[in-house]
Amino acid sequence: MRFAVVTFPGSNGDHDALMAIRLGLGHAAELVWYTETDLSRFDCIIIPGGFSYGDYLRAGALARFAPVMSAVAREAEAGKPILGICNGFQILTEARLLPGALLRNASLEFVCDWVWVRVEQTRTPWTSQLAPGTLLRLPIAHGEGRYYVEAEQLVALEANGQVVFRYVDADGSPTADANPNGSVANIAGVCNERGNVVGLMPHPERAYDRFVGGDDGLRILASVLSVGLEVAHGPR
Amino acid sequence: MDVNEGTRWRAEVFISLRPGVNDPQGLAVRDGLRRLDYTEVEDVRVGRYVQMWLRAPDRKTAEERVGLMCDQLLANPVVEQYRFSLEPA
Repeated sequence: MRFAVVTFPGSNGDHDALMAIRLGLGHAAELVWYTETDLSRFDCIIIPGGFSYGDYLRAGALARFAPVMSAVAREAEAGKPILGICNGFQILTEARLLPGALLRNASLEFVCDWVWVRVEQTRTPWTSQLAPGTLLRLPIAHGEGRYYVEAEQLVALEANGQVVFRYVDADGSPTADANPNGSVANIAGVCNERGNVVGLMPHPERAYDRFVGGDDGLRILASVLSVGLEVAHGPR
Repeated sequence: MDVNEGTRWRAEVFISLRPGVNDPQGLAVRDGLRRLDYTEVEDVRVGRYVQMWLRAPDRKTAEERVGLMCDQLLANPVVEQYRFSLEPA
C-alpha cells in the first residue's frame, strides 16, 4: 500500500501520520505538498491534523481551496480510501466530501485528552477489520470538534450507517460525560454515503505504539490494508 | 469583468450561527454580562463581521456577487447564516 499524507501550510499531524504508517504499519508513505494536483499513484490518502491556514475564517475553510483538494475529490469519487483526522476531518466537511460541520467545543476550551470511542460501522475501509462495538482508546486535541448536523440529517446519517465512531465511557456507553466537545449523538467520526471517505476528531496516528501511550489507533490504519490485499488478489 | 471599472462598493457582511445551533460563545458572553449586573440581557449570539471593497457596475450585480461569496466561502451554510449591506465607497 502506498499512503499519501497531505501537508498544508499549518498542518502539524503530518509527520505523526508518516511515522505511524512507516513504523507502526511498516508501509510506504509519502508527504504530499498542498500544491500537488495528481494523487493517482497512491492507494489511499490521509488528510492530517493541525491548523491549516491558521484556522482563519473557519477551521478547514481555506484548505478546501488548495490545489490538492481537487485531486482528493477526484480520488474520493474513484472510491479510494481517504481518512481525515482532526483538522483533516474539518477540511473534508468544508469540502462537502463529508456531511455536517465542526463547531467550537461546547466548553469553549481546547481539549487535550485520551478518550474512548466505539466503532459503530465496519463497512468503511478504515474499520473493515474491526468488530462492531470495538472500544478504542485514542487521544484528542482540538478546540473545534463539536460535530453538528440538523436533527433530520442525523436520522438519515444513522439510517445510512454513516456514523462510524462515537465517544463512549470505558464501559462503552455514549454518556454525556464521555462526550468531550458536545457533539450531537456523541459522534466522533462519520463517513460519506459510499463509505470510502472517513473523518474523525480523535488521532489514531498518535496511538500507533504502546511507547507513545497506546496502539489502538494502529487498528484503524491497519484496517485499510485489507483494501490493498483486494488490489493484489482481486475482490474476495 | 475589468476590475477597474464600475462603482466601488463597500460590503459589510454579518455571519452568525443559524437559529437553533448552540452558541457556547454567546452563552459565555451572556453570563459575563449578567455577572456585570446587566440582568436585562436575555440572549447573546456571537458572530463574525467581514468588510470587503469591490467593484461592480451596479448594486444588483454587487449584491449577486457578494451573495455568491458568502455562499461559497464566507459562511458555511450547514451551520451559519449571513446578511450584508452595500454602500458606494
